Amino acid sequence: MNLNFQQLWRYQDQFIEGVILTVTLTGIAAVAGTLIGLSGAILGRSGPQPVRWFIRSYIEIIRNTPALIQIFLIFFVLPTFGLKLPPFEAASVALSIYFGAYAIEIIRSGLDTIPRSQIEAGASLGLSRWEVFRHIVLAPALRNIYPSFTSQFVLLLLGTSIASQISAEELFHTGSFVESRTYRSFEVYAVVCAIYFALTMAFKGAFAVIGRLAFRWPVRR
Amino acid sequence: MALVEIRDVRKSFGANEVLKGVSLDINEGEIVTIIGRSGSGKSTLLRCINALEQVDGGEIRVEGKAVRTDMQDLRQLRQRVGIVFQAFNLFPHLTVEKNITLAPVLTGKSNKQEARQLAIDVLERVGLAEKIDAYPEQLSGGQQQRVAIARCLAMAPHLMLFDEVTSALDPELVGEVLKVMEDMARQGMTMVLVTHEMGFARDVASKIVFMHEGRVWEQGTPSELFANPQTPELKSFISSIK
Ligand SMILES: Nc1ncnc2c1ncn2[C@@H]1O[C@H](COP(=O)(O)OP(=O)(O)OP(=O)(O)O)[C@@H](O)[C@H]1O
Ligand SMILES: [Mg+2]
Repeated sequence: MNLNFQQLWRYQDQFIEGVILTVTLTGIAAVAGTLIGLSGAILGRSGPQPVRWFIRSYIEIIRNTPALIQIFLIFFVLPTFGLKLPPFEAASVALSIYFGAYAIEIIRSGLDTIPRSQIEAGASLGLSRWEVFRHIVLAPALRNIYPSFTSQFVLLLLGTSIASQISAEELFHTGSFVESRTYRSFEVYAVVCAIYFALTMAFKGAFAVIGRLAFRWPVRR
Repeated sequence: MALVEIRDVRKSFGANEVLKGVSLDINEGEIVTIIGRSGSGKSTLLRCINALEQVDGGEIRVEGKAVRTDMQDLRQLRQRVGIVFQAFNLFPHLTVEKNITLAPVLTGKSNKQEARQLAIDVLERVGLAEKIDAYPEQLSGGQQQRVAIARCLAMAPHLMLFDEVTSALDPELVGEVLKVMEDMARQGMTMVLVTHEMGFARDVASKIVFMHEGRVWEQGTPSELFANPQTPELKSFISSIK
């Protein structure tokens, strides 16, 4: 095989652009999805019955259908109801909704790891339910789900590539574009792959550091 | 008026009636020790007093006010009635200082500036001032339980409940916790404790309550009860623990 990476250099700016969009998209979906996850996990256990039912259906629908179709629905179908979003915005919304469903399940399982006795100890000191949640339950629960949360985040980062299907110009879209110009399929996708790999490694490293700073208390093993 | 008035209290878990009409007075400054076999309802009774459980019948009044789990001023009740658990239940992610000051700060009993001093004060009462910056996992069981007691004291309760607070401890650590409780008793704290430490009950308690099958079976001073048990159930209980 005759490899030639030289030609790709000309598209350096596009690649950088693509990386920025991929990271931004991941960031938006991660933050919005985590907020959905937190509120969904809280309402899913202590909200009124219709709300719980809604949350349950939301989780089941999102987790049992292809993300690609979810993105299409938001991009192609919402406009018929008068809501037209540009590709990047549509992808942000779709991926936030997607990540949110997984985040609810992860956070809920984290809340389940906190023993009742901790909640009772807080209540018996005169704290309200919200104060118990905020100051006693939340931090240990987040610590317990941190590894699975990190993996889910990596899946999200890799999953942003489907945004290319509605022409959001993230990294994979950039790759396809460069490939169509250079016909250097192998080189282009090798580079794109390497960039995804570097990104996930960088994020995992960052998560590990943040985790060490945020969760400093010793635990029994 | 007694500090706590318990009147004909009933409590069931499903079909299992655990408290079958319990009546009891706890006066200010009294040290009331509840003894009885496993499953006789001792913990349940304690938990009803600070509304961790809702009674199904009868009434509990603390300082004249009826206790209900749905009461508006649950917070006020819990500020006046502290409880220490068998398993310590310290918050693992908070230092000893924050374990102690969390509730006083959140409930407005103390402000952030005074909080550390408050922690030092109560830790001195349990002899652990030097552990103020440690995390619970870095402490022995006895030390953790003393911190749990200090955490309670920081709320300046009028009444403290202790549910088998030495049962989870290695034997050599029991003494340090009992000593703290003895000091509190001497300083006039009203205390209700469930314990299997009969020596402690005999020496410190002003009243002993023997519970059997969800009822107060017998009560009296330690000397009355231990020297002269009236019922066969108490006789057999006393001989079983000797
Ligand atoms: N939350 C609960 N749900 C169902 N049953 C319960 C609950 N709490 C206690 N019980 C039952 O109530 C009965 C009395 O329990 P309780 O804990 O009050 O006994 P105890 O006297 O404290 O016993 P021990 O000495 O073992 O601590 C037991 O049969 C127990 O199984
Ligand atoms: Mg018990």
